[in-house]
Amino acid sequence: MPDLLLELFSEEIPARMQKAAGEQLTSKLGDALKAAGLTFESIEGVYGPRRLAAHVVGLPERSADVHEERKGPKVGAPDKAVEGFLRGAGLKSLDEAETRSDPKKGEFYVAIVETKGRATSEIAADAVSEIVRSFAWPKSMRSGMGDLRWVRPLQRIACLFDGTVVPFDIDGVKSGNETEGHRVMGRGPFTVSGWDDYKSQLEGEGHVRLDAADRRALIKRDAEKLCADVGLEMVEDEGLLTEVTGLAEWPVVIMGDMDPDFLTLPPEVIRLSMRTHQKYFAVRDPKSGGLAPRFITVANIEATDGGVTIAAGNAKVLSARLSDARFFWDNDRSRPLGSFIPKLANVEFKKELGSMADKTERIALLAVQIAKRGGFDVDQSGVGAKLCKADLVSEMVYEFPELQGAMGRYYVLAEAGLDPLDPSSVVDEDKAKTRSYSADAAVGVANAIRDHYKPQGPSDSVPDAGPSIAVALADKLDTLTGFWAINEKPTGSKDPFALRRAALGVVRIILENKLRFSLGDLIADAAEAGFAQLLSSGRAGVAEWDSGGASPSMTLRSATAEDDALDTMMINGAWVVGRGFEQEFVDEDAIESEGVPFIRPVSVYGRDLLAFFADRLKQVLRDRGERHDLIDAVFALGEDDLMLVVSRVEALGAFLDSEDGANLMAGYKRAANILKAEEKKDGVTYSGAVDAALLEETAERDLHTAIGKAADAATRALSEEKFEDAMAALAGLRAPVDAFFEQVTVNADDVDVRRNRLLILAAIRDALHRVADVSKIEG
Amino acid sequence: MAAPKSFQDLILTLQSYWAGQGCAILQPYDMEVGAGTLHPATVLRALGPKEWRAAYVQPSRRPADGRYGENPNRLGHYYQFQVILKPNPTDLQDLYLESLYAIGIDPMLHDIRFVEDDWENPTVGAWGLGWEVWCDGMEVSQYTYFQQVGGLDVRPVSGELTYGLERLAMYVFGVDNVYDLPFNAPDSEAPLSYGDVFLENERQQSAFNFEHANVEMLHTWFEGCETQSIDLRAAGLPLPAYDYALKASHVFNLIDARGAISPTERQAFIGRVRDLARGAALLWAEQQEEDHG
Repeated sequence: MPDLLLELFSEEIPARMQKAAGEQLTSKLGDALKAAGLTFESIEGVYGPRRLAAHVVGLPERSADVHEERKGPKVGAPDKAVEGFLRGAGLKSLDEAETRSDPKKGEFYVAIVETKGRATSEIAADAVSEIVRSFAWPKSMRSGMGDLRWVRPLQRIACLFDGTVVPFDIDGVKSGNETEGHRVMGRGPFTVSGWDDYKSQLEGEGHVRLDAADRRALIKRDAEKLCADVGLEMVEDEGLLTEVTGLAEWPVVIMGDMDPDFLTLPPEVIRLSMRTHQKYFAVRDPKSGGLAPRFITVANIEATDGGVTIAAGNAKVLSARLSDARFFWDNDRSRPLGSFIPKLANVEFKKELGSMADKTERIALLAVQIAKRGGFDVDQSGVGAKLCKADLVSEMVYEFPELQGAMGRYYVLAEAGLDPLDPSSVVDEDKAKTRSYSADAAVGVANAIRDHYKPQGPSDSVPDAGPSIAVALADKLDTLTGFWAINEKPTGSKDPFALRRAALGVVRIILENKLRFSLGDLIADAAEAGFAQLLSSGRAGVAEWDSGGASPSMTLRSATAEDDALDTMMINGAWVVGRGFEQEFVDEDAIESEGVPFIRPVSVYGRDLLAFFADRLKQVLRDRGERHDLIDAVFALGEDDLMLVVSRVEALGAFLDSEDGANLMAGYKRAANILKAEEKKDGVTYSGAVDAALLEETAERDLHTAIGKAADAATRALSEEKFEDAMAALAGLRAPVDAFFEQVTVNADDVDVRRNRLLILAAIRDALHRVADVSKIEG
Repeated sequence: MAAPKSFQDLILTLQSYWAGQGCAILQPYDMEVGAGTLHPATVLRALGPKEWRAAYVQPSRRPADGRYGENPNRLGHYYQFQVILKPNPTDLQDLYLESLYAIGIDPMLHDIRFVEDDWENPTVGAWGLGWEVWCDGMEVSQYTYFQQVGGLDVRPVSGELTYGLERLAMYVFGVDNVYDLPFNAPDSEAPLSYGDVFLENERQQSAFNFEHANVEMLHTWFEGCETQSIDLRAAGLPLPAYDYALKASHVFNLIDARGAISPTERQAFIGRVRDLARGAALLWAEQQEEDHG
C-alpha cells in the first residue's frame, strides 16, 4: 500500500517548541486524512531543530466512492417540502429523483447521491495546506512579503504520495521532493523518493539524526562515556538534556576544561552559570562528591580538528561567565548581609501589603512568637527572619534568582568567619574572634535563611531545625494572612501567588515535625505581627465609626500610640479594620476614595483561612489513605491542633473498623435518627440530665449507668490525648445500647418516661460527639 | 578577501561584504544611542512599505555599563555593526553565515548555533522573533525578524542583524582583554590597540557618568528635549522629533547611571521616553504610507 511523506523544513525552531509541534503535526494530519474518509495502517512523526516530518503508512490510492440514498417527501407533498429535499440532495428537479413505495407511507421520493472518491494525493494537498495555515505555535511570525505565520521562516515543503510529489503551494512555498541535510556537514538540497530514502539519505550523507529520542540517547551515552573515561560523572539534568537535544541535528558531545580556581565558588553558582547561560552539563568527581573542573557541551558539528577549537572557545566563554559570578560573590561578601535590608524597601511584595522590607519586619515579629510557642531558639529565629530576604537584592541573586536563600546562607556563614562551603571550619580568624555569637548560632541562622522557602513542592523536604521551622512558618503565615486580609484568595485553578502551596507547606511542616500548635493562635499571631509592623512603620491611620444614630458614620484620622493595635487603623497605605466593629459599619467607598485598599480584620477572615488549611490537611491525609468524612467529623469539633486532628482521625478510623465500633455506630445512627424525628415532631432539642427515678426497665438503667461511666472515662482519656482509650471506653457502650433498643420502647405512653428515654438517646449522641461529630461519617 | 587582522579590518570586511549584498553603507548616526537599532535607518525604515537595505557601524553609549576601563569585557561605549534588509530575503540565514565566514570563522572548526531569543524594545514599541547566534557558546550576533515597530505591524518584514563588534573581534583574534585588541594592523608603522584609542575615554566617561553628571541640569534638559520633540511632532516633522526622543532617552540614561531616581520615578521616565519615540515613529509611518499611496 502506498505511503505519504511530509516534511516542513524551516529555520531553527526553538527547542522548547519542537516536541509539541511534532505531535501536533501527526495528530492533525491523521485526523484530517480520517475525516476525508481515508484509512491507514500507521502514522509516525519526527521533529528536530529545522524540521517537522510525518510518515503515513498504508494509505489507499483514493477514498472510496460513497453511495447514499436519501428519503424525501411523499409524492404530492407541498412545493416547499419538495424544494427543500431537492436542495438538500443537490438535485435540479424531481426528474433526477426516484420514486419508491412503502405500505405505510405510500409513494415517496428518494434521491440517490453518489459521491466519487477523491485521489489521496488531492486530499493530502488540501489537508496539509489547511494544517500549515492553522498551525498553533506558542509564538509565530511573518517573513518578507508573506502572510503565512510560522514559527520562523518556512523554507521548503517536501510532500510525496507513493513516490510522487503532492502538488500545492502555501504562501509562495511550493511542495516538492527536495530536502536539505545538516547546514554545514550535509548541505542539500537533494531529492528523495519516499520515506525510506528520505531517512537513509538524511541520516547518512545528510548528517541529520531525525529522531529526537535517538539524539537524546546518543548525547546521554556519549556524555557519560566521556566522563567515565576520566573517572568522573555527569551531573544529570533531564530538562537540559531535552533542551540540547533540540539544539543540534547532529549532536557531538565535547568535554571542556574549567579553571579549577573557580571551584571556590558555590557549586550552585557554577552549575547555574553553566546551565542558564551556556547550556553545559556540570561534571562531578564521584570520590569527593564535589564538582570537577570540567564541563560537557553538545556541539552541532564534527569539527575537523576533533572539537579542540570548540572546547577551547566554550571554556573561554565559561571563564568570562564565572569571572562575572566571582565578581558578584566577592562584592556580596564584602558587606554584612544586613546591609542589604534597606534596599528591600524598593522590592514590592504586594501593592496592598507593602515592600519586602515591610514583610521582613512582620516575619521577624512573627518568627519570634512562633519560636516562643515552639520552644525554638528565639534569637536565631528572629535574626534568621530579619535576614531571610536580604539576599534578594544581592548581585548574585539578581543574576540568578533561583539562588535566593542559598546565597543568604553563604553570606551569613562568611560574615561569621566560617568557610561558606564547609561551615565546620573557620577561614577568617578575625571575624570569628570578634563576633558576638557562636558558630552554631551562625549556622542556625544561615540554615534558617536557606530553608525558609521549603517545602517548595510535594517532593521537597520540610525544614526540621527549630529556627528554620520558625522562619519558614512565619514567612508562609504572613503571606497567607496578608492575602486573606486583602481578600485575594485562590479561585479555581488560579493561584498566582502559590497560596495553596504555602498552606500545604505549613501543614506539612507541622505534621512532619510533630509540632503542637493551635493554627488559630498562629493565624492570630500573624495578624498581630501585621498590625504591629504597620503601626511601628509610622504610617498608620485610624478609621473610627459612630454606629449610633440613624446612619452610621466613619471618620479617618492618624493613629497614635494609644490606639489599640488590634482595633482600627490605616497603615502603610492600607486601612485595617479591627475587632469590635460589625462589617456593616465599614464604609468601604469612603476608604477606597482615599485611594487606599481595604484590609479585613482577622475576625472576619480567620475562620475561612482555617478552613483553607483544613482542605490542605485533608489532601495530606487523603494521600495517606484516611477517609475524608472522618476528617470532616473531627474538624467539626473546632480542633485546630493539627497533630490532635490527625491522632483523632486515626483513632476514629481504627475504631470504626472494629466490630464494636461498627455496631456502636449503627446504634448511634438509630438513636440519632429517632431523636431527629422526635425533636422535629416536638419542636424541641433534647438535652439535659436523665432523671434516674423515671428509669423503669433494667436495660435503660444499665445503659444510663454505662453512658455515665463511658463519658467520664472518655473525657478523662481525651484530656490526656489518649484517643484510642477514649474510643475503647465508648466501645463498651455497644452491648447496653443494643440491649436498650431490643428491650425498651422509646415512645412510651407516659409523657415523662418518653422524654426521659429521649434524653438517654441524647446522652449517647453527646458521648460520641466528644470524640468527633460522628453525624458527618458516611455509610 | 583575506581574513581580517584588526578591529578596523573586521569592520571593513563586514562593510564590504554587506555592500556586496546591495546594502547602502551608512555612517553612524550623530546622536547618542544605546543600541544600533535606534538609528533611524533601522527603526524608522522598518516602518512603511518601501524596500530598504542598509548596513552601518553605530557607536553605542550605555552609561551604567562603564567600568572605568577596569573590566576586560564591559564598556560604557562600544560598537555595534547593524544590518537591515527589507523585505528579508529568503536566504538571509545563509547570507549571515557567509558574513561570518568572511571574517574568518571556519564553519568546519566552530560550532555555530541559532538559539531562540526574541528581541523587544518597549521604548520604540518594537519586537520581533529570532535568535542569538552562538559561536562556540559565545553570543556573536542578534538576529531578528521585526514584527512590530511603534506598536504597528510591519509589512514587509525586515531582517535585522546586530554584531557586537568588540566581542566578535575578541573571539576572532583570540584576545581576552578588549583593550588588547589590535585596532589597526599590528604590523603597521604605528600599531594601535583598542586601549590606545579608547581606554582613557572609558575612564573619563565613567567618571562623568557616575560622579560628575549634573543631575539637576539633566532634569532640565530632559524636560527641554521632551517639549521640543512634542512640538516637532505637532509641526509634522517626525525625523527631528525622533532625534529629540533619542536625546531624552540618553539624558534619562545619564540620570539613571547616577542612581538618582527611585523605581517609581524610573518607570515614569521610561514611559515618557516611550511616548516620545512611539509618537515620532507613528507619525513617520503615516507619512510613509501617504507618500507611497
